[in-house]
Amino acid sequence: MIEFTIDGKTVQAERGESLLKIANAQGFRIPHLCYHEVVQAYGACRLCLVEVTQTSHGRKRTKLTTSCNFPALEGIEVVTQSERIGRNRRMIIELLLARAPKAKRLQELAAEYGVGKVRFAESDAECILCGLCVQICRDVVGVDALGFTGRGVNKDARPPFGEPSKECIACGACVEACPVDCIKMEETHTMRTIVRWKRTLPMRVCEECGYSFAPTFQLMHFAKKTGMSLDDFRVCRDCR
Amino acid sequence: MQPIRSMKELEKTRESLRQGRDPDRKIVSVCTGTGCKAYKCDDLVENLRAEITKAGLDAEIETKATGCPGFCERGTLVTIYPEKIFYQRVRPEHAADIVGRTLLKGELIDELLYVDDETGKTIVHEDEIPFYKKQQQVLLGPNRSLDPTSLDDYLVLGGYGALRKVLEELKPDEVIDQITRSGLRGRGGGGFPTGVKWRTCREAPGDIRYVICNADEGDPGAFMDRCLLEANPHSILEGMIIGAYAIGASQGFVYVRNEYPIAAANVRLAVDKARASGLLGKDILGQGFSFDVEIIRGGGAFVCGESTALMASIEGYVGEPRAKHIHTVEQGLYDKPTNLNNVETWANVPLIINKGVDWFTSIGTGDVSENPWGGSKGTKIFSLVGKVKNTGLVEVPMGITLRKIIYDIGGGVLGGKKFKGVQTGGPSGGCLPEEFLDRPVDFDELTKAGSMMGSGGMIVLDEDTCMVDFARYFLNFLREESCGKCTSCREGLERMYQITDDICEGRAGPQLLPLLDELAEVVKDASLCALGQTAAYPVLSTLRYYRDEYEAHIFRHECPAKSCKAMIRFSVNENCNGCNLCLRNCPYEAITGEKKKGDTYEIHQDKCTQCRICFESCKFDGVSIDTGVMR
Repeated sequence: MIEFTIDGKTVQAERGESLLKIANAQGFRIPHLCYHEVVQAYGACRLCLVEVTQTSHGRKRTKLTTSCNFPALEGIEVVTQSERIGRNRRMIIELLLARAPKAKRLQELAAEYGVGKVRFAESDAECILCGLCVQICRDVVGVDALGFTGRGVNKDARPPFGEPSKECIACGACVEACPVDCIKMEETHTMRTIVRWKRTLPMRVCEECGYSFAPTFQLMHFAKKTGMSLDDFRVCRDCR
Repeated sequence: MQPIRSMKELEKTRESLRQGRDPDRKIVSVCTGTGCKAYKCDDLVENLRAEITKAGLDAEIETKATGCPGFCERGTLVTIYPEKIFYQRVRPEHAADIVGRTLLKGELIDELLYVDDETGKTIVHEDEIPFYKKQQQVLLGPNRSLDPTSLDDYLVLGGYGALRKVLEELKPDEVIDQITRSGLRGRGGGGFPTGVKWRTCREAPGDIRYVICNADEGDPGAFMDRCLLEANPHSILEGMIIGAYAIGASQGFVYVRNEYPIAAANVRLAVDKARASGLLGKDILGQGFSFDVEIIRGGGAFVCGESTALMASIEGYVGEPRAKHIHTVEQGLYDKPTNLNNVETWANVPLIINKGVDWFTSIGTGDVSENPWGGSKGTKIFSLVGKVKNTGLVEVPMGITLRKIIYDIGGGVLGGKKFKGVQTGGPSGGCLPEEFLDRPVDFDELTKAGSMMGSGGMIVLDEDTCMVDFARYFLNFLREESCGKCTSCREGLERMYQITDDICEGRAGPQLLPLLDELAEVVKDASLCALGQTAAYPVLSTLRYYRDEYEAHIFRHECPAKSCKAMIRFSVNENCNGCNLCLRNCPYEAITGEKKKGDTYEIHQDKCTQCRICFESCKFDGVSIDTGVMR
């Protein structure tokens, strides 16, 4: 265990643990969009900015940095609120809101952090390129149906070649993870569609109770990963 | 060549190569760098060889296709040794004359000789040309004597002598110590002390270490690294082998951008030849040290010049930077300790070993004996481009002033125009006005002024350059070349581009100027990687030193450089004598008037596209450009 301070309060943590995770667990409020503890910190949204003071090469230096990917180190001093943090954070919220003006989460953040009228022409991008869908699909679900394409202003997150995904198992993990709700899911009794990836797959209907409990492709993926037979998934969890 | 298995064999090989060369043999050296390819330098070489064969002089005269010695403005360059007769702007059709007149009869060809603009004097010898006289070409100098595809040439010049010295006499720690004491700092732009980096990498825990040569030079207008790799690839390899020995690495990579096909081909050939000769690979020179190099070609992304993005690219991932809270010297390529240096940094290493720390520290600024950050030592190559007379590569001692580079070496601003500024450090650097011309050029001074030395791009701007448009140019480059990962860089650059575009097009309200200030600060403060953090510099520096131009555009719809099309209007003035040239040249038939009747000429604004052809073709200053007028 190591010791350092957050806003003057001494905290203990494992060396290398995410500052954001520690701070949030300790009750400090640091906003974030692209961070999710099930995947590696990506550092893209820049909302979780903090100021860290550390000594390197004999000099004490303070820098503005994202807390999600900053490792807890002995003796560092972390500040979660300052004029500098606020100024940068407000501009980042404003930039994101100009990109995706309809996103509720961004509107809430704007209200919370005092972002007034957006001073940029609004675009209709919806997606803020936080990368959570890409990461979760690849690293947690293990399907890797999504990726980033292009760079700079042309960057996008989507299935290969922008075509309807052939890999997606319609598990809906990306729908859950998306902080701005731009990945929509539609369901009928027998079919589930992940609208953004243009993927429609049949649902498995429980042979006992008739409840459509999971997409068939997701169950096939489970079966493959666990070595179980697809027959083991004929009934829903409640009827098993 | 048979593999060289020992130090003794290396020197024996070198000696026999030297003896095999006739000291009286004339050498006709032709620059065949990328720039001169456009002038058909390869045809010139072929023609020269054919003419020499025809004259029966093959035994007496050798034609050497070399890399670039730097004076691109006057390419293709031909120098005849040992006399050092210097011919410039040589084309393939001049080959017969060069052989027939100069080589056979000893005559000079006047139209190929260099004429000094200032004095009007004709200069015969290369070393008397002002462009070269003020330079200190320790890195570029050998380019003249080297066929880049020949390992023999490099050996004859003493090549791999530094490697020999290191393997024979120095422990890894002693090599690092020498590099640290030399004060060598990273030439890629960061200026981090090379020795300190090597030491941290060597001491990082782990068995496997890598060294990388970053040849992903992407700044617009910069081509120092391309030239070094094209012209003298073995010097970079030698530097890398020495570095690998010092750090304890057994594998190296040269990451060369896809747009540099000749550099990639030459360094690949150099690797193959070095490996076949026992200078690379297992048990180098029989000394028990093994190290090999792989060439990786980039895919065309500017951001892959950033070290972590470059490493991701080598690993086969998308070239996106990651936060460097854990440095790459501790956890880099494949999570192993990795030491990355720029081409020019590696090229300096054999020089420091050969000529010594004292020689290196005698060049440059500051004192590095106690603190490796204490100064900037050695030379730096700049690519001097833009509105300057002598464009090309210049190698100067650190600490030289901008004025000396631009005026004494560069010959001043093109066409007698007024100097407006100089952009140093490419898209990561800033633009400095005239009052900074007497500042010494080194890592620290330029940073203090709000720019940076960067990798060495230097773009000279004259009075016709609009600074807002210039900032817009870099923003447009960066918004497309940002990796797009982090919000501040991706969205911030796009919004800054839109604002400068609005300003140039006359659409901007006064509220946009403080918004631009605010945005630039956030991009600098909040972005993830060094490229993002410095991407605002072109805007920050022009806002700081040329704010009046921004204000003129916004408040008065006036472009002081008379360059932004939305704010200028062309008209015929009283100087017009009715020569009719503008009318005939106008591609849009926007001009009417009667021949020889100057007062009848008129430019019709509804048809004019501000293409400037009338303005530039008029011999009597009869076309005016007015600004402050909205279209």
